Amino acid sequence: MNGTGNIVALKPFPDAARLELSDAQLRANLRRATHTIRDKRLRVVGEVDDWEELRRAGAAIKDDVLARLPELLEQFEAAATRAGAVVHWARDAAEACEIVTRLVLQTAAREVVKVKSMATQEIGLNEALEAVGIEATETDLAELIVQLAGDTPSHILVPAIHYNRSQIRDIFLSKMPGVLAGLTDDPPALAEAARKHLRAKFLSATVGVSGANFAIAETGTLVVVESEGNGRMCLTLPETLISVVGIEKILPSFSELEVFLQLLPRSSTGERMNPYTSMWTGVTPGDGPRTTHIVLIDNGRTAVLEDEVGRQALRCIRCSACLNVCPVYERVGGHAYGSVYPGPIGAILSPQMTGGGANKTLPYASSLCGACFDACPVRIDIPEVLVHLRQKGPKPAAERAAFRALSWIMRDRRRYAAALRAARRGSAPLRGFGRLRRLPWPASAWTDSRDVPLPPKQTFREWWTKR
Amino acid sequence: MSDARTEILARVRAARPGSAAPVPRDYRRDVPGIDVVEVLVDRLVDYKAGVHRAAAASLADVLGGLLATSSTVVVPPGLPASWLTGPVLRDSVPVLRDSVAEPISVATLDAPGVTVVTGAAVAIAATGTLILDAGPDQGRRVLSLVPDHHVCVVWTDQILGGVPAALGRLPDPTRPLTLISGPSATSDIELNRVEGVHGPRRLDVVIVER
Repeated sequence: MNGTGNIVALKPFPDAARLELSDAQLRANLRRATHTIRDKRLRVVGEVDDWEELRRAGAAIKDDVLARLPELLEQFEAAATRAGAVVHWARDAAEACEIVTRLVLQTAAREVVKVKSMATQEIGLNEALEAVGIEATETDLAELIVQLAGDTPSHILVPAIHYNRSQIRDIFLSKMPGVLAGLTDDPPALAEAARKHLRAKFLSATVGVSGANFAIAETGTLVVVESEGNGRMCLTLPETLISVVGIEKILPSFSELEVFLQLLPRSSTGERMNPYTSMWTGVTPGDGPRTTHIVLIDNGRTAVLEDEVGRQALRCIRCSACLNVCPVYERVGGHAYGSVYPGPIGAILSPQMTGGGANKTLPYASSLCGACFDACPVRIDIPEVLVHLRQKGPKPAAERAAFRALSWIMRDRRRYAAALRAARRGSAPLRGFGRLRRLPWPASAWTDSRDVPLPPKQTFREWWTKR
Repeated sequence: MSDARTEILARVRAARPGSAAPVPRDYRRDVPGIDVVEVLVDRLVDYKAGVHRAAAASLADVLGGLLATSSTVVVPPGLPASWLTGPVLRDSVPVLRDSVAEPISVATLDAPGVTVVTGAAVAIAATGTLILDAGPDQGRRVLSLVPDHHVCVVWTDQILGGVPAALGRLPDPTRPLTLISGPSATSDIELNRVEGVHGPRRLDVVIVER
């Protein structure tokens, strides 16, 4: 059964990308942000002598989980239930939203506070709650910015990565009630404004909604990893806590966290450890919520599991390291991918979860440079899956013919040299331009979103023989 | 139509791969050859936490100094009374002890100038992390969450080098666990780190020789 909700792209990637590429401010914001974070990540990863061993262990633990998933899910359900949680199952986004909505309606609450969560983004929970008159407030600063702006997140970890500080100030000034007109764009001032705005909500909220980074089968424990403390607020203060958890989030035992609590923070924010991690097992009388619900969601995950090559995407721990190193993501940003899972991981996850539509174009949104595989803390071979999905996907006839011709030329050295000479001669009159913006049809399909560099005056071989 | 649970489990059974390869466990259980106290101090300072060293006999004095400007001091049920016998505290700052019978209200914890003092279960040097497991000297999760200032006392024999060793030391993973690495922080605005968003704005760690 295919997944539904906010993982279904509405238009093909090339169309969406063309729109985003025309926004120079967006590209500048993204470039600065992704480069900062990837430099930080490299520094702290370099500190860990056994990083490769941890990556291999992380990948193997996740593969082991996928091989034993039915038993582990049942074990998790039993342990969580014993500890006082109520476990629910949802086949797709609509069913998950229905369950959460019903649970909230059963309380007297008409407002919920939310911890940043990809699973609830995926199922479109905020929209579903709003439809029955329940206001969901995002409490992560970046999610709040995006929510106030009426926008959608554009990065797994830093949803407001596409805004700079002055844009954020403008959003707060126009959309956050009670903000003073003199608010500066100084990051501490902006964070303080958000703190004031949210504190009242935390202290009065009776229902909290979260996801989970990990779910421990042995004990029924859920784990949430965060930075700001908004997560701890939502997980501690409300009477009722509802957690939406993908079935692939299972880890067999508590001790496996020794691997993932090393891999995740360094890969995601480039920190040795994130400021706050909360773990709770069912209900603890006198400490935290009195009622806890866990909604286990499939929403296309079992479809991914079916594919021998593609199932490694389910190892993903949502660190977003692959986004920050991706040359395509850096230029188009998250919105172009049309799913809550953008970047390289999104390009393999979204089409597999939804099984088609505009998502089929996503595996082509890559240069196959391989940087994402190097950055992935659980060794998902994203380029391998991209190529695999391209082979399963549509191949334009013109492209097939072009590559057949290219292959014929490149098979023979003399043919290849002759072709290069012809290309140089043909392009000589254009050399003054440096590069070409547009080629005539049918090559225009290629140059719609790319420039074409002209061939150099001479090849390396020619230069060498002349010396 | 079968229920969601049955259907999902059936689909997982049908789709799952054959048995996976064994997990290679050649990563390090601990970080050899480091002075765990020095490394913990270095990491905490990097997170902009306050770090203080004390001998067991001088703990009350060090705490007294840190708490002198607080409006109220909040402590968990089992915090040793001897920690709070410093001269400053005895004279001027009210101390509220949380208990199951009479839990301190969130409004009280949220008042300006409140400081909470807790112990910790374990600390991780390599990552600068304090782990609280709701033990008697740590109390409910809300205590180290709502007040603006958290003072955490760590004994040197509670400090372990790396994540695996520290998690292995915890007696019961089903207790409510909070891992704290520096004060609350966000990096959501142009990836600038800003301290003090929702949790305590200030974290002071007192490392006591034992």
